[in-house]
Amino acid sequence: MHPNRLLRLAAATLAAGVLLTACGTGTEGGSGGGNEKITLNVNLFGNFGYQDLYAEYQKSHPNITIQERTAAYNDHHRDLITHLATGSGAGDIEGVDTGFIAQMRERGNLFVDLGKDRQSEYLDWKWAASLAKDGKQVGYGTDVGGLAICYRRDLFEKAGMPFDRDQVSAAWGSGWDQYIEFGKRYAAKAPAGSAFFDGGGQLFNAIIGQAPVGYYNEDNAIVVGTSPDVRKAWDLTVKAIQSNLSAKLIGSSQEWNNGFAKDQFATIACPAWMMTKIKDQAKHAAGKWDVASVPGGGGNWGGSYLTVPKQGKHIEEAKKLAAWLTAPEQQAKVFTARGNLPSIPALYDKPDIAQYKDAFFNNAPVGQLFTTAAKQLKPQHQGPRAGDVQTTIRDALVRIEQGKQSSDESWKQMVSDVERLAK
Amino acid sequence: MATYLHQARRAGLSRLDTKGSPYLYILPFFLLFGAFGLFPLLYTAYVSFNDWDLLDSGSHRWVGLANYREMLQDAYFWNALGNTLSIWVLSTVPQLLAALWIAHLLNHRLRARTTLRMGVLLPNVTSIVAVTIVFTQLFGRDFGMVNWALGLVGIGPIDWQANTWSSHLAISFIVAWRWTGYNALIYLASMQAIPHHLYEAADLDGASQAQQFRRITVPMLRPTIIFTTVISTIGGLQIMAEPLLFASSQTPTGGSDRQFQTVALFMYEQGFREFRFGYASAVAWTLCLVIAIFAIINFLLTRRIAKDED
Repeated sequence: MHPNRLLRLAAATLAAGVLLTACGTGTEGGSGGGNEKITLNVNLFGNFGYQDLYAEYQKSHPNITIQERTAAYNDHHRDLITHLATGSGAGDIEGVDTGFIAQMRERGNLFVDLGKDRQSEYLDWKWAASLAKDGKQVGYGTDVGGLAICYRRDLFEKAGMPFDRDQVSAAWGSGWDQYIEFGKRYAAKAPAGSAFFDGGGQLFNAIIGQAPVGYYNEDNAIVVGTSPDVRKAWDLTVKAIQSNLSAKLIGSSQEWNNGFAKDQFATIACPAWMMTKIKDQAKHAAGKWDVASVPGGGGNWGGSYLTVPKQGKHIEEAKKLAAWLTAPEQQAKVFTARGNLPSIPALYDKPDIAQYKDAFFNNAPVGQLFTTAAKQLKPQHQGPRAGDVQTTIRDALVRIEQGKQSSDESWKQMVSDVERLAK
Repeated sequence: MATYLHQARRAGLSRLDTKGSPYLYILPFFLLFGAFGLFPLLYTAYVSFNDWDLLDSGSHRWVGLANYREMLQDAYFWNALGNTLSIWVLSTVPQLLAALWIAHLLNHRLRARTTLRMGVLLPNVTSIVAVTIVFTQLFGRDFGMVNWALGLVGIGPIDWQANTWSSHLAISFIVAWRWTGYNALIYLASMQAIPHHLYEAADLDGASQAQQFRRITVPMLRPTIIFTTVISTIGGLQIMAEPLLFASSQTPTGGSDRQFQTVALFMYEQGFREFRFGYASAVAWTLCLVIAIFAIINFLLTRRIAKDED
């Protein structure tokens, strides 16, 4: 019976869930009152930059305690889906990334409808991406990705490359081929142990983020095997890998975190939220980082949502907190403190955002850089398994980085793996 | 009349007491086993005959043996089974041999014997997650200590995760590190039950340490060896946490090419990433069957081997 431990666990959770729901109905009436002591669990992945905001919110709502739990990207979403499936265990507020929002949208009945009140505040596509078929809004947008390239000016300088951000932007402005050429010249004279970029999976995400159609067409059919844009992004990434420019690190892994500390790579595809990760991991290199524009113009990678699962015990309070955390003032604060780009376009023209410069990134005008990118952004339709398709493609690129397969072998296996996902 | 009735009732009650209470005493186990052992087991069997999507509000459709048929044709299932067997052999065999030897050493008069005996159990009481994370760092490609040490003797850095053999070796090492001491203590306990005069007589006859180990200790430990082999087999075949945490990709696919995906991990992937609960249940039942078969083969083999030594 041992192999069934998981299912047994699931059954136990299910049973516990039934018990909890039974208890929950009893207290529900009381949760509307304003003075009852309440703990709200906020489950997130990565760093949403909310710590200061929690303190502020708790001050104005003394009866509420906020508890944040963060997990790794894939673990977090897997947990959330499992909790939704078993009917218990989800937080009062759950963060969801762009790669998984379509999957949640399909299960709109498991989430609280957040209504239409705030529609006019949001970027149209951001609002639409979390809208279920029946018109239910399952998530408030937190940030959008946008795209840029973050780079180490000190390493560029050591390798005798141009390191001024305008020169760098100009050097690869016309496209990814120029970026790779630049990389080859960097690699020729780079300090020992320093590759040009962090890993194939992340580079691919940035390139495909610029295509009008990504992994899915508008009818939610997977087009990975047939889309010329996907193949183009693949070929470019493989070319960069085979030119020995990759540090062969998997994004957000322990090794990747080490890579920042050990100066293992000089550039990284950089949606606005990536700046938070860099700040967290590369404290020793403050001021040595800079931000240049992305090759070939705008694009988007990532950006998140806050959702309120129906199974939560304090739905009303959770809704209020989610609305407050994603309100324009708070999104603006998160941007200037951490770098996550707001999904509320009215903020883009505000001087304290548009003119915001980040000291960590050598006073790069990140406000102007990312708001320009966000305005130009043509959103891509995200299908239900986009997050898993992305991991599958990343694994395929890792096989090439590990020297296990040729580009064509790996491509073939990847396409059949992706089709398996669609089953 | 009344006294007679009273006596009869009392006799009846006491008969009920002697016949009934033993069942009452063992009832808690069977209740718990029924709720957390038997019921899930049977329910899993039922689920495995369905096309069952838990996310879609638990919708399901009876499909008979379709899940099993699909599984037998699934290259990824066979790949996972092969990986599981490979990791199991690589971890269990050296582990039990080492445990036997360590127990033999601990059985002698040593200084700080109790401390050493407690010491061998330490790896086992450490959290499996912590152990795996630490070892994953040690086996790191770029800055791992293992590669650093290998570099000192002129062996180039190994990408432990990338290859089948190296990942299996690393994972087996983690498993063995955790369980060797545990098995050693079990062996030690049963070694102490071996009458000391046997060794004294052997000493008088001039038998060496190694001879005593082979001719006295091993045969006398036969039941214990069978027990540990069967237990290690069950544990080894359902290994999951180590390969899951060993992968830096945070996915249950066990490396870029599923090079270290075990059956339990494959089951987890199908159940909790694909949400194909029927299919995952079929894998679960098959794994159960495989474990049963291996436990029986093991039992027969170890019995035969130990008998030959007699």
